Amino acid sequence: MDFDLSSEQQMLRDNVARLMKKKYGFEQRKAYLAAANGFSDDLWRAYADLGLLGAPFAEEDGGFGGGPVETMIAMEEFGKALALEPYLETVVLGGALVRHAAAPEQRADLIGRIAAGDLRLSFAHAERQSGFDLNDVGLTAKRDGAAFVLDGEKGLVVNGDSADALIVSARVAGGRRDRDGIGLFLVDAEAPGVSRRGYPTQDGRRAAEIAFANVRVAPDNVLGSPEDGLPAIERAVDETIAALAAEAVGAMSEALAMTVEYLKTRKQFGVTIGSFQALQHRASDMVVALEQARSMMYFATMSAADDDADERAKAISAAKVQIGRSAKFIGQQAVQMHGGIAMTYEYKVGHLFKRLTMIDGAFGDADLHLRRLGDRGSLFA
Amino acid sequence: MDLRLTEDELAFRGEVRAFVRDNLPASIREKSVAGRRLAKDDYVRWTRILAAKGWSVPHWPVEWGGTGWSPVKQSIFLDEVQRGYAPEAIAFGVSMVGPVIYTFGSEAQKKRFLPGIVDLSDWWCQGFSEPGAGSDLASLRTAARRDGESWVISGQKTWTTMAQYADFIFVLARTNPQAKKQEGISFFLLDMKSPGVTVRPIQTIDGGHEVNEVFFDDVRIPLDAIVGEENKGWDYAKFLLANERNGIARVGISKGRLDRIRQLAAIPVYGSGPKIDDPFFRARLAAVEVDLKALEMTQMRVISNQRRDGKPDPASSVLKIKGSEIQQATTELLMEVVGPYVLPYEDPEALTNEPPAGPDWAGPAAANYFNTRKVTIYGGSNEIQRGIIAKAILGL
Ligand SMILES: Cc1cc2nc3c(=O)[nH]c(=O)nc-3n(C[C@H](O)[C@H](O)[C@H](O)COP(=O)(O)OP(=O)(O)OC[C@H]3O[C@@H](n4cnc5c(N)ncnc54)[C@H](O)[C@@H]3O)c2cc1C
Repeated sequence: MDFDLSSEQQMLRDNVARLMKKKYGFEQRKAYLAAANGFSDDLWRAYADLGLLGAPFAEEDGGFGGGPVETMIAMEEFGKALALEPYLETVVLGGALVRHAAAPEQRADLIGRIAAGDLRLSFAHAERQSGFDLNDVGLTAKRDGAAFVLDGEKGLVVNGDSADALIVSARVAGGRRDRDGIGLFLVDAEAPGVSRRGYPTQDGRRAAEIAFANVRVAPDNVLGSPEDGLPAIERAVDETIAALAAEAVGAMSEALAMTVEYLKTRKQFGVTIGSFQALQHRASDMVVALEQARSMMYFATMSAADDDADERAKAISAAKVQIGRSAKFIGQQAVQMHGGIAMTYEYKVGHLFKRLTMIDGAFGDADLHLRRLGDRGSLFA
Repeated sequence: MDLRLTEDELAFRGEVRAFVRDNLPASIREKSVAGRRLAKDDYVRWTRILAAKGWSVPHWPVEWGGTGWSPVKQSIFLDEVQRGYAPEAIAFGVSMVGPVIYTFGSEAQKKRFLPGIVDLSDWWCQGFSEPGAGSDLASLRTAARRDGESWVISGQKTWTTMAQYADFIFVLARTNPQAKKQEGISFFLLDMKSPGVTVRPIQTIDGGHEVNEVFFDDVRIPLDAIVGEENKGWDYAKFLLANERNGIARVGISKGRLDRIRQLAAIPVYGSGPKIDDPFFRARLAAVEVDLKALEMTQMRVISNQRRDGKPDPASSVLKIKGSEIQQATTELLMEVVGPYVLPYEDPEALTNEPPAGPDWAGPAAANYFNTRKVTIYGGSNEIQRGIIAKAILGL
């Protein structure tokens, strides 16, 4: 076992951390938030220049040959800064769908554009009725010769209002909740028949409800086998959860650091509130929760590339459970120990708390994964 | 010992329930059920409906508009009103300054101020906390000095809830800087329209505007704007805070939210079926209900105890701790029932007819969860309540 980063990985971490420190002060972030797309195009360019956008892709596909560890490094730093750019959506989730579903020529084309910073993707998958069930897909794709025609609605498409292209899951065959018969289609976000309603989300990002009316997809834009998309979706979501774990650990470590700093400076009753043992012990419990979460972040990162879908799913669910619980405890206690100031929009801790809450809720909350894990049997089998 | 309600109490409960059902305007009820913010007018309208019935200040002395109900009936009333999704009484007038005025105020103050609280023609806010004085309230620095026929107030308050709606503010200010912290504080009643008062909004993490900073820049108020004796304000404040704590368990509100959770959990909103079919979820819902039932019984015990010796009970800290934790737990369950559609943000202050981005039933579940973190912070934080229990109950 080796928890150490290679020197290249160490350098990547230093570079991202430096960029965040320079460009992602909480006040600077407010300016990015105010943009129509809700993030900074300049930073997106900076990520491309740093090689972040191509980091997790194979060299033969136009990437830089990294993998889950590189993603983890970037996401943890993004988590601390509450970075708003659609890295998770484009590089992690979109990128994974492309890697696992697309044919080699499609891969090379799309990954090259992602890495260069020229293509931002969103995954249009969830529907009103689907909850967290990845197999619940009602939007239809009807064959028209070698092309397909999409009809239906998608929701909660994160950054869907600003994405250049959407990867849309659609039902090609079978019933709405069947595992077979789901295809993945690449759709230009401005294509005729696509209408998007963008809105802000509870954690300061943006998402969209998207309607597809008679949207034609050329054969070139069908990603992989049009009836067997679910395994790629599941795999991509597992990798995304691993990346989210890293983002959460970043946000938790920042929330803890801010809380400790506050305990050392805020005075009540003539002393710093950090001198109260009740708060010392609570902060210590936050450390315990953070370290447990960090360990499971590593576990998820190591398992993300596992080809055994069952082993991978177990590891990812286990990580999601720990991350969710730690995130809830750390987020809530960071707010509590700050008192009133944490309830204000002006102050960063509340935003870390909100992001952590939404991470817990994304792709199934801790309880849902606990149940899945319970169904799959022991982690130590 | 008999823990059942008497025939009379049961009949009373039915009467209150029917009254709320028949008189609460539908538009207000809908907003409350959905967890959306109520407007000032909603509070005023409902208070007037209650006042017309003689029910807007039940626990007050009868001569000032109270009902003369037993403590048990008062608590039945509160429970029914809260569970029926009626707006909460504006505590700053009804439970805080009102009782201070009728207990410690002058006859003139009673006549001037109490009627305006009864029908909410005067909206009050609470000017206690300051940037440097939160849990350690007694270290407050807002000062009042006597100048001829006036008191002159200068300083800053913060976290002042709904000051943007308020006609009056009650303020703790230091009148004797030489005395020990608690002994140099007085209690003032102040018109928000007085020259030198500035209100600045603070946005909370859910995006709403419910708290404010209030600045006093040499605000002149009449000499008779002080309550009771000079430098005795801390005693009145303690009396007030104990009353505040009692109302804070909000058992009825938690019951109402649990009703809403059960209602949503029964609808098969997601393809996998209604949430209530999930035994895991049902068990967690039941666990919160156990907590709430115990709290309800504890509250009844605290209330019947009060009946005997009249003094505030340190056990009210138990109500504050458990009541606030349960409120938070119910907001978590509600988020869970709503599921992925907690994500869209609605501006709580926007006056728009645009349909929400998500399904109607989703409502601002996440925003309410975020906002409800305040309940373990204000009214004496839960850490402070634990300190009170350790000292006052356990003698540690
Ligand atoms: C939404 C909201 C509405 C409010 N409305 C009003 C209002 O209308 N009027 C008004 O006057 N005030 C109001 N308050 C203020 C509220 O009463 C204070 O926030 C509260 O007293 C805590 O003070 P603080 O925020 O300064 O936190 P601090 O006192 O700085 O506390 C920070 C942390 O330290 C802990 N702590 C402090 N002392 C101790 C100790 N001795 N032992 C252990 N832990 C300790 C606290 O529990 C907390 O976790 C409101 C607050 C909020 C959040």
